[in-house]
Amino acid sequence: MLGVGVLKGLVETARNFFGSYVSEERLTTLQYPEETSPRIEASRSFPFLVYDGSDWQQGMRCVSCQICEKECPPKCIFIEKSPDKKPDAVGKMQFYPAKFDIDISVCMSCQICVEVCPFDAIKMDVDYNLSATNRFSDLLLDKERLSKSNEYYHEIHPTEAASVDADLAAAREKAAPKPAAPATAAVQTAGTGGAAS
Amino acid sequence: MSTFSAPAMELTPKPSYAADGAQLLEVSMGPQHPSTHGVFRMDVALDGETVVKLKPIFGYLHRNHEKLGEDQSYIASMPYTDRLDYFCSMTNNWAYALAVEKLAGIVVPERAEYLRVITAELTRLQNHTSLVGFLMQDMGASGTPLMYAFREREKILDLFESLSGARMMCNYMRFGGCRVDLPKGWQQQAQSVVDAYPKFLDEFEALLTSNEILMARTQGVGALSSELAIAAGITGPMLRASGVNYDLRKVDAYGIYDRFQFRVPLGDHGDVYDRCMVRLLEMRESLEILKQALRDLPEGPIQDPKTKVRNFKPKPGEAYGRIEAPKGELGFYLISDGSANPYRFRVRPPSLINLTILEDLCLGRNIADVVIILGSVDIVMGEVDR
Repeated sequence: MLGVGVLKGLVETARNFFGSYVSEERLTTLQYPEETSPRIEASRSFPFLVYDGSDWQQGMRCVSCQICEKECPPKCIFIEKSPDKKPDAVGKMQFYPAKFDIDISVCMSCQICVEVCPFDAIKMDVDYNLSATNRFSDLLLDKERLSKSNEYYHEIHPTEAASVDADLAAAREKAAPKPAAPATAAVQTAGTGGAAS
Repeated sequence: MSTFSAPAMELTPKPSYAADGAQLLEVSMGPQHPSTHGVFRMDVALDGETVVKLKPIFGYLHRNHEKLGEDQSYIASMPYTDRLDYFCSMTNNWAYALAVEKLAGIVVPERAEYLRVITAELTRLQNHTSLVGFLMQDMGASGTPLMYAFREREKILDLFESLSGARMMCNYMRFGGCRVDLPKGWQQQAQSVVDAYPKFLDEFEALLTSNEILMARTQGVGALSSELAIAAGITGPMLRASGVNYDLRKVDAYGIYDRFQFRVPLGDHGDVYDRCMVRLLEMRESLEILKQALRDLPEGPIQDPKTKVRNFKPKPGEAYGRIEAPKGELGFYLISDGSANPYRFRVRPPSLINLTILEDLCLGRNIADVVIILGSVDIVMGEVDR
């Protein structure tokens, strides 16, 4: 009979409409600025640089090897190597970035920089409230704005950060037998030892 | 009147006339038309309301994908493939990874193959769900079916996010496997989505398939004969709606698709209704594959340990990797000259090739039918323009 199909469809619409009052399944919307959906641990937005300890300049893991700059598909990373060296996360003397900029208006959040980084220095952030009033200077993040502490990294990606810390602790132990620079090594372990264990 | 090779611009184009002398009305639909699924334009010549000529014009979203691929390392093209058909980044990743694996002779571990099948079938589910929703939207069912479709799609996107970190631009697959293993609880979550999906499909079909208005609007509209479909190289659900039994999952059995029991739904008339129904039925078969894959998922490594991410240089040669993407046959053709960049990088996009017969489908139909015919072709402009 003509019209039965339409009525059948309307029954479905009614079921969804009234169901939304009683069933969580059918009401999936959120009142956004007030409510947000629970964050998924693996989610990612833009890269940041991890530092150990409390001083971002001292504890920065990046050794300015420029691999991420080379591998970045849209080429949004700009690095300038430092003239001098300082001890890195495992206590080895390394260069550090004199300049490290990421243009997040170009970045496409592919996290290839994270994959290729051999020093676990660059990781993905989760912050998505990134509106800016100046589209050039506000979106070109420099070294200081990119630096986030290892504790912050633990907060946003707990599982991943724990395994990274375990790897770093193992690498540090491997490097430890050589009594190279006891003073700097102590600084480093003070920074990450607690988080790793 | 714009073409890329227009010899001289006529500021006042001459009017065209139908056979009986009536002046034709030329309408430029798009590029910012809500029915065009992105920035796509159709120059339509109308006799009254009947289409007598249709010229698709595209390229508004061209971003040099193939040349960029030739300019960068192999891995750097992987995130760009996400942006081809941005509804189905997982299958795009897979097609590209398959081409590179053929080129370099990489073997993919068992578990990674299963993960690829699971993510690809989830992609097919969400693509077809939203496509049917969009098609209803084009027909004038404003919002309601599309919102139901998006509600379900969101559950699958949540799965993608907890697996790969992003809802749509997943960048999940790597040469010789997948990037990360399943997080804790993912498999149960996926299982519950798969278990709940048939109920939604039942509701969706009750809402749509027996609706008289929908049937009157879609049956017999935009009929595509199987001869024309084959001659024009149409693939995917559109080809199967015309009754041609050609599914790369069966024909090519790439990956591990020969291990799964599933049927290939076929249409009869090749009209808009059949295309819609074939997609609804395909979703049920995808659910069957998902059930089997989630049940059989083995333990083991997810990545071939010998494949490097950096300094990846395959031996000189060429390879064509193709898969059954939700929209049709998606292929990547690569030539390597032994360096870190591909010498030639070519994409065979299903959307573009399925779009080539748009004029044949629309001639003699009403202008309102053009909208739903275009909707039933299932295009994504990111893939058409590349």
